[in-house]
Formats: sequence, C-alpha cells, structure tokens
Amino acid sequence: MYSKINTCVLQGLNGNIIEVETDLSRGLPVFNIVGLADTSIKESKERVRAAIKNSGYEFPLSRITINLAPANLKKEGSQIDLAIAIGILKSSGIISGFDIDNTVFLGELSLDGKLNPIQGALPMVIAMRQLNISRCIVPYENKDECNVMEDMEIIPIRDLKEVVDFLNNEIRITPYIRQKKLIDLNTEEHLLDFSDIKGQASLKRALEVSAAGAHNIIIIGPPGAGKTMAAKRLPTIMPQLSFEESIEVTKIYSISGLLPSNSLVKNPPFRSPHHTASATSLIGGGRIPKPGEVSLAHNGVLFLDELPEFPKNVLEVLRQPLEDGVVTISRTSASLTYPAKFMFIASMNLCPCGYYGSSLHECTCSQNQIDRYLGKISNPLLDRIDIHIEVSPVKYDDLQKDNNEERSSIIRSRVKKARDIQLERFKGNRIFTNSQMPTRDIKKYCNLTNSSENIMNLAFERYKFSGRTYNKLLKLSRTIADLDGEEKIQDKHILEAIRYRTLDNKYWG
Amino acid sequence: MDITEREVLIWLNSLGIGNSNINKIIDDFNDLREILEVHNEQIYSIENIRKEVKEKIIYNKNKDNIKRMLYNIEKHDINIITIYDENYPKRLRYIDDNPKVLYTKGTILPEDSLGIAIVGSRKATSYGKWACEKFTKELLDLGITIISGLALGIDTIAHKTALDNGGRTIGVIGNGIDVIYPKKNLSLYKEVGEKGCIISEFPLGTPPLAYNFPQRNRIISGLSLGVVVIEAQEKSGSLITAHHGIDQGRDVFALPGNINSIFSVGTNKLIKDGAKPLLEIDDIIEEIYELQEKLSLNKMQKKTEIDYSNYSETEINIIRILEEEPMHLDAISYKLGIDIAELNSILTILELKGIVKELSSRVFTIC
Repeated sequence: MYSKINTCVLQGLNGNIIEVETDLSRGLPVFNIVGLADTSIKESKERVRAAIKNSGYEFPLSRITINLAPANLKKEGSQIDLAIAIGILKSSGIISGFDIDNTVFLGELSLDGKLNPIQGALPMVIAMRQLNISRCIVPYENKDECNVMEDMEIIPIRDLKEVVDFLNNEIRITPYIRQKKLIDLNTEEHLLDFSDIKGQASLKRALEVSAAGAHNIIIIGPPGAGKTMAAKRLPTIMPQLSFEESIEVTKIYSISGLLPSNSLVKNPPFRSPHHTASATSLIGGGRIPKPGEVSLAHNGVLFLDELPEFPKNVLEVLRQPLEDGVVTISRTSASLTYPAKFMFIASMNLCPCGYYGSSLHECTCSQNQIDRYLGKISNPLLDRIDIHIEVSPVKYDDLQKDNNEERSSIIRSRVKKARDIQLERFKGNRIFTNSQMPTRDIKKYCNLTNSSENIMNLAFERYKFSGRTYNKLLKLSRTIADLDGEEKIQDKHILEAIRYRTLDNKYWG
Repeated sequence: MDITEREVLIWLNSLGIGNSNINKIIDDFNDLREILEVHNEQIYSIENIRKEVKEKIIYNKNKDNIKRMLYNIEKHDINIITIYDENYPKRLRYIDDNPKVLYTKGTILPEDSLGIAIVGSRKATSYGKWACEKFTKELLDLGITIISGLALGIDTIAHKTALDNGGRTIGVIGNGIDVIYPKKNLSLYKEVGEKGCIISEFPLGTPPLAYNFPQRNRIISGLSLGVVVIEAQEKSGSLITAHHGIDQGRDVFALPGNINSIFSVGTNKLIKDGAKPLLEIDDIIEEIYELQEKLSLNKMQKKTEIDYSNYSETEINIIRILEEEPMHLDAISYKLGIDIAELNSILTILELKGIVKELSSRVFTIC
C-alpha cells in the first residue's frame, strides 16, 4: 500500500516541497528511510514509531519504506516527522478519504504523540504559498508566526490524534485566520528611552539624522561619554518595520530559532555582538550555513561597541555586506544568500587607555600606540560610514539637572516623517532610504543652489575633503532637509552635514 | 688627484666618526689632508681616541674611496655645508661642540638667521595644538623662520602651520638625511625639503637611534634666537633642547599649562627654573633684540577687530559667548537656547569664515 504526503525543507530562506512516499509491503518488519536524509530525519523513525503507538494506533508490522523525493536534495530538520507518521497511518488505512495533495504537514513529534514547535515555520509557509499550496498543518505553538499569508489555511494541531481525527472528518478545526491588525504600532513599549540621556544634544541630533536616512554612524569619545548608552537607544527612535520588512526579518529569526514568542518581529532588530566575535559568527556559516549577525541585523541595527577591539579580519568582512546588502556564504554542502541590509553603528575610544581627547582625564598612551589603535580601522571601512561624531563625557552637574529631555516617541515621529518622504521619493526603485541612493540619482535628488555650491567649495578648501566625501555630504544634506520637510536642500542643511564630516582628516589622514 | 681639506672632513664624518673625535683630529693636524699621507703610526699616536676609530680611519684611507663617496652624495641631490664654508649658519658656528658637517635638503637663506625654535612633545593635546598654531602663525607674521625637529606632535604642527601659511621652516633631524623618520611624516618631509630646509649632521644612512636626538637638539637651539617649548612631559627631549638653548645663551620661553596636566609638567618646571612664561607673542619680542629691530621695519599687523555688522544676532551671541571662553557645542545650545541642528550649521559657517574653530571634540573657540 502506497501513500504520498507533502512536507517541506529549507535551504537558507527558500523552502522546497518534499514528497514523503510510504510503501508498506509484506516481509520482515523493517523501517527504512531513503532519500539523502540527515541524522535528525533518520532519528525520526524512533519518534514516529513511539508517537503512533502512544496515540493509540497500531504500528504496522510490515516492511516499511519511506522515500523522500526529490531524492537528490539533501534534507534536514525534524519537521518531517509528522509527514512520515501520517504517511504510515494512511498507508495502513487508518486515515482515509481525505484529499491531502494540497496540504503540507509540518511538525516534530514527541514520543507521546504531541507536536513540538519547529524552527523556520514562517519561511516554509511563505515558500509553500509561492508553490501554490493552500493548506498547512502546523504545530499549535507556531500558529502566530505562520498566519501572515493570505489565501493560506493554517491548521494548528496539538497532537497526532487530533490530526488523524481531523483528516478522518471526525472533528472540525477552524483554520487560523490572519488578524488584519496584526502589527499594532502602539503596543510596543521600550524599556529604554532617549530621555534617559542627559545633555549630549549634539549626539542625539546626530543619531536622529542617522536614523532618518539609515546612515551609518561612528561615535568617538572617551569612556563615560554615553556612547553605548545612546547607541542602545537608537532602535527606540527608528520607525517600526513595515509588513514586508517584518516578514523578511521574521523569516531570518525563524530559521535561526530565535523567535521567542513565535510571532512576527515588529521592531527593527538590534544586534550587538561582543568584540570576541569571529568573522564567521558575524557573516554566517557552519556546515549548512546559518545566518550571522549581519543577517540577524537585517532591516535593523548592527552595533559594534569598541570597534578597534574587534580583530581586523572580522572588521574587514563587513565591507562587502555594507556595500551590497546581502551576504553569500559558500560551504561544501550549500551556497546560500542571506539578506544583510543593516544600519551600522560603531563606537570607539581614540586610544588603548581610552582617555585621549578627554578634558577630564589624562591619556597615558604614546603617539605610536594611538596611531596603531586608530590604524585598526581601515579607510575603506571608514568610507562606508556617513556620520562621524565625537562626544565628551557629561559633567556631574548636567546629570543632576532635569532638563526635560525629549522622549523617543517624539523623535521617532520626526524620523518616521522623514522616512515617509524618502519612501515616496524612491517609490518603485527598490531603494528605501537616502543612504542607499545610487550615485546616478544624487544629481537628480540633491540639487544645490548657487550659494550652497559656494559653501561646498569653501568647505572643501577648509577641511580638505576627498572627492568621495562630496556625495556623502549631499546624501546627508538630503536627509537633514527631509527631517525639516524641505523639498530643496538649503544652506543650513549642507552646513549641518559638513559638521558630521569634519573629523575626516583629524585622526585618520 | 686633488683633495681639499673640506672633502677630508666630509669623509671623516661619513665614516661615522663623532664630532668630538673629529675635533681631536683637527687639533692634531695642521691640515686635515695630512691624515691621508702620514704613517699609520702617527694616526695611532693621536691621544684620547679609541683604537677602533683609528683602525677605521686607516682601513678606509684611500683617495678613490673619498671621491666615490662624494659622488654618491651629489647623486642624492643633497647639499653639504662644512665648518670651512662661508654659508655655514653664523649662529651655529659659535656654539659649543658645533657640528662640523651639515647635510641639507633645500637651502638655508640669509633671513633664516632670524629663527625661533618651536619644540614640544610627540603627543600634542588640543591645547598644545592650538597654542602651537597660534604662536607659529604670529611668529610667521613677523617674518621669522620656524625651526623644529620634524618629529610627531608639536614639531609636525609647527612645520605644517609654517608651510600652510607660506612661511619659512627648517627641520633638524636625528638620522641620516636620506632616512625618513617617522615614516608617517613622509609628505611633510618632502614639503619642508622643497619649501624650507632639512638639516642633519649625521652621515647618510644613519638610522634614527635614540641617542642621536638629544645631540641634534643642540642644533635646533643653536640655529635659533630663542627656544619656545609648547608642551613637555617631565622627561622630554624638548627640555634637552631648552637646556641646550640656555647653555648657548638663547632665550627660552615655555607655555604655561595646568599644574595637573602631565603634558605641562616639563614646561611649568622650566618656568619655575627661570624660563619666561609665554603668554603672548610680545613676550618673545620683548626679549629678543633682533626681533624688535625687525619689527620697527615691518609694523606688526594689529589683530583686526571683528566687524559685527555682517553677522546675524544669533551669530553675534555665539561669538560673544566664545570670546569669554571656549565652549562645548551642547553648552552653547543650552546657554543660548538654540536648537542643535541650527547651531551645527551656524558654527560651520562661522568656521568657514574663519571666525571660530573647533578645538577638540565639539569644543569651539574664537580664532
């Protein structure tokens, strides 16, 4: 007796339909799985056997052969358990009369027949929808994560018995329907807030500009200046993810097993790997490549605290994703591409002891030590950072002062407005922010008046900017003008942008 | 094949024979050329010179060698000034232990005799940088040549400021003139060589050994009318220059600093020991007769008062507040109640106009 059940395995973020073919024939009772299954699938034999028995069904005493088609594709993941169990039950006649061609079964079995949640449910469901599958049977815990696709019936199931009863039409399970108002903008409460930062108005302004145009930013200053504190609060002023962005992010988190509540990621992710991180953990990798920190920071923020403490080779791997917005990882078993479009924030001291440039404390490093420390940051990397800002520590008096600092929500609404202008501007260009503006478009969107041109010329003479800086200044000015709601870039916008680049030749050069 | 006494002197120097040994040799022979002719015994009999040095002389004593060496130096586009030459810097000639041979890149001009040395630590604080730029500029306005040591920090700032303002500058280095140290200063080294002058007393190829530097410091002070020490830690080469200056009868000026700053310990100590505290450019002019003479010739430009009519009210407020003391951008914004975005752009325009400048991280001051 033969049966065919659909399930799914992932390759990176892409899902493939796998047909689980089951054949029961007479002979010595054996249970074989063929079709390039990896260990997690080979082990599913034991789970399936116990789950069927403990759900009150008889495990057929015959020669069982399971084939996973297409047979040339390597498969891994425990979500195939359910499909194998259903295949066996269907072949032995326990399930009958149900059209399962258009249904995909996902779920890991535990020995008592319960369905355990799986990793990567969302990308699988999305892939299945694209392959014209209209019904998915998923573990109950995964239901919130999965119900984002329209025209897709999500049937949440708690245990094996429930599936069998459902398939035999003995019980009814209402498909889980996507709630329209899934992303509620106001419910999200941040524990951190910009109003926690006392003083540091110029740093806050720089972060606002950076969030508004998704410009990369480096914060330089002695310890105690609030670099890390400010950077950690950046997500609170970034606009929430759009639905499409949210799905992209959730897919990545889903396959990494990092979705705590198994629901959509709504806030821009904020990743801050420690400086002992390896190049592989940043970029992604492993025998079957998993997404790294740059992909986990997709549509969000990658924050590297104490930048020069990172090994140089680790920093240099960032160059390509910073430019392309994707990483391709090649290993012997697979070559996968993960999205990696993130906003890069870095913070650093100017010397090993940390106090160089501080007005409160002497630095004891030699000039050579300082040069070597700064030399760890290569120029190509610096070139990819639009905003440079120096900070100095806040005096104790300022901390005491209660200055009614602006709350994150107010800043966020300004950022959101500026982002909306950009979305409108780049509509249909697959570009979302000013920082991604390609060179050919700069002329189109960043026209300068004569007096602005004059300022530019003066500034180039005064600060000895490089040619590359010119385009960066234009993009930055565009963002600052957007924050102001101005259509034309004005002198004051250019002038403020210049302020964020005056460090260019100060420490490196 | 004729060889002059000058050429023998250069040859001795290029063998790496130190100044004091050359002095002894000069004392022993009426004419240096004799050293090539005399019997080895006579060379061995020179007193107070180590045997290895004598052996080196005997081993290398060959007229062809000397000619070849001179040809080599010429090829490198390097000039040589010896104590026998007319154009040997006048002031340097009369110091103790004057260098016998100077290798130079660029030329020493007669007006370089009006020179002031500006020295300081390799690591400059923003205060030191500001003061160095300020006094260098003011000295340049008087038409004075800036002399320094082409090292990192204050030296580099002094040279750069001089070059940027189209002034004369001389760099005295502690290694062979064909060796570039520190490597970071390559472009500065080239520029000083083209527009000013680089001087070394060390033969070609001499590496930058630590003990060369105190030695070259006597040339820095020797070339100048006075020595200005911008910043110095407790044990700093700049202090050696200052002490050479005192020995040579030069005026020494030191920039006072905070008593709790390790970068001003040396300069403050100098002041305690009798150096003149440098508060304004007049402090230098008062002490040096040659400068007063020069000053009467070309009246010093009075610092032009800022003409307020061209500025907006906010700009004037900012200028006023900065005239009192340097201030952090956030503090200005807080005090005047100006939005940070607006302040950013106003300060940039004021900086472009040359009214204010950024001292260190976001701290602004009047130029």
